[in-house]
Amino acid sequence: MRISRRRALAAGGALLSSAVLPSFAQGKPVRIGSSLPLTGPLASLGIIHKVTAEIYVENLNQRGGLLGRPVEWLLRDDQSKPELTRTIYEQLITADKVDLLQSPYATANILAGMGVAQRYGKLLLHTSFGIPRLAKYDMQFPVSGSAFDPENVWPNLILDAAAKLPKPPKTVAIVTSKFPSVHHISAGAREVLKKRGLQTVLDIEYEFGNRDFGPIASRVKDANADLLWGGTNGIDPVLMLEAMKRIDYRPPAQVHLFPAPGPMLKMPEAQGALALTTFESHPPFTDDPAIAQFVKTYGGRAKEAGIPYTAVDLQSAIMYAAWQVMEAAVTATNSLDDKTLAQWLKKNQVKCLFGTLSWNGPQNYVEGRDLYKVKQLQQGQWKVVHPQEWAAPGAKFI
Amino acid sequence: MPSATLLGQSILSGVFIGALYGLLGLGLSLSWGMLRQVNLAHFALAFLGGYLTFQLSGRLDPFATLAITVPLFFLAGMALHWFLSRYAADMLNTLLVTFGLTTIIEAGIQRVWTADFTRMETHYADIRWKIGAFYIPFTELATLVLAMLLCTAMWALIRFTDFGRAARAMTEDAAMAAAFGVNEKRLGYVISGLAAAFAAVAGLCLALTHTLAPVQIYAWMGVVFAGVMIGGLGSAMGPLLAGFLIGVSEALTMAITAPTWAPLVSFSLLIAIILFRPARF
Repeated sequence: MRISRRRALAAGGALLSSAVLPSFAQGKPVRIGSSLPLTGPLASLGIIHKVTAEIYVENLNQRGGLLGRPVEWLLRDDQSKPELTRTIYEQLITADKVDLLQSPYATANILAGMGVAQRYGKLLLHTSFGIPRLAKYDMQFPVSGSAFDPENVWPNLILDAAAKLPKPPKTVAIVTSKFPSVHHISAGAREVLKKRGLQTVLDIEYEFGNRDFGPIASRVKDANADLLWGGTNGIDPVLMLEAMKRIDYRPPAQVHLFPAPGPMLKMPEAQGALALTTFESHPPFTDDPAIAQFVKTYGGRAKEAGIPYTAVDLQSAIMYAAWQVMEAAVTATNSLDDKTLAQWLKKNQVKCLFGTLSWNGPQNYVEGRDLYKVKQLQQGQWKVVHPQEWAAPGAKFI
Repeated sequence: MPSATLLGQSILSGVFIGALYGLLGLGLSLSWGMLRQVNLAHFALAFLGGYLTFQLSGRLDPFATLAITVPLFFLAGMALHWFLSRYAADMLNTLLVTFGLTTIIEAGIQRVWTADFTRMETHYADIRWKIGAFYIPFTELATLVLAMLLCTAMWALIRFTDFGRAARAMTEDAAMAAAFGVNEKRLGYVISGLAAAFAAVAGLCLALTHTLAPVQIYAWMGVVFAGVMIGGLGSAMGPLLAGFLIGVSEALTMAITAPTWAPLVSFSLLIAIILFRPARF
């Protein structure tokens, strides 16, 4: 048989490309379905998860997909509503016939999706479930790095960090939102503070969505504690600090559990604030070239998507970890069967971008320890300062 | 026992937030009381005003942006009135239609400025005065002054001018007012335009004093509605006075008891007034 020069060149090119270029997946796609809050109150966080997952899936497909098949991610907008999340997960399983489910966002929506997953015997990885004791389903697996008892672990973690501040606190003012997860953590903090011998000089709660922080700021100023414990999330820390600025007050030290990272950056009053995280865009997190590349790609994509804070932090990291865990389990078991994957996860560990996840404790969590870290806002940048092995190079407490 | 400074500063804080309630309530009260339009989109317009102020503040002083937003919103208010009149929407339908409009404006804001929090950087935020033990921030004081000026001006307009007399007559009995030569249609356009223009001013105050997010449109509805009902529909000064009452009550609740009780204040006041002065409603 005579082979033309053109054919020979084409065959050679194909061989060469298969050797040096990324392997593209082929065959029937693996369909993975999930919902995210692309509109509604949680939309500003939903978009971060969407961009992250898109980057991961693109990269995964370039590396050959799952089981050699391309991955198709079916994303629906749950409008930040648990009732809609329930319907979407029902549709994903029954109408779209997805092979696997991926995480929705936030405690209430995850709980809604978990109920559906349980009814159909599907595996559910989840990124952001704030009250672990409510996660009773045997095939749910947290990927956030949180412990089974965050109400105990996180206050201790934060107070360990606060003890390293230039002036370690002796008195604490607790101001906490009634938003379920942060409220739960602050309730635990009260006990931890007592055990550690710190004096609580103010302890107040406010409704999530509070518009006027003026009187609360005045009470904090009046209490004049060494440390402000802000059981806060989202924009509340910014509103609280602005209210304090108006009365010329700045707490000597402050903790805000989960602040929206962007708006605080430019606030001089927020410098030195401590907060929880799992990942920040600096070494040693970015020592892995693949993670460094993700951080770079995310920065560009986040900017395109209009996300104001373009650095990878806790939110994008937990979504990235969810896909890492899914890829690891499917690859290790060579299976898309939910029960097989669940059994494998119970017995194994997965190294993700912020540490090693395992699920061998109560309700597929681990108890008494987790992968969270404490970050501090320093000169307009969030830097991990505690524990030491994850601290940014040269970072010192301020 | 809370200190005198804490109480005094909290009362001031209540007055300032009450002024914003009053300013937001002014346009709502006019359209509800005089035009029988329960305009939920008023809140969305106020936030749109805030976002436009934020956008324009890169090139203009925030207060100068009013020269653009006020006429623009006046026209938008007239357009809304045309739309609602064209389809002869009754009060319940105006509520439903303007709720739909609110979600459309919210989606539009989210599309342009994203769902994330937006903060207008302005040097005004750094200006504050200390009088005795109390702090007076410029941005809050500006809100208070604007609210008092606009409410007083609108009150005087309704009370002392032919326009006001015609508007009151129209509110009382539209058919009879028309028989006496009141042009109900033209009056409706002007009142709706004014209400929307007040939303533009409220937007400036929101941008000066608060961090903006599209979803926060809904956070103001309950308390401002209560203020408008307590203050009296169609009243210009009522929403401001009710705003002060609610703001100071909320602030004192937060200063003296658990802040978590504060959101109950506005509706408790409303229920108390319905119980003890039912003739107002």
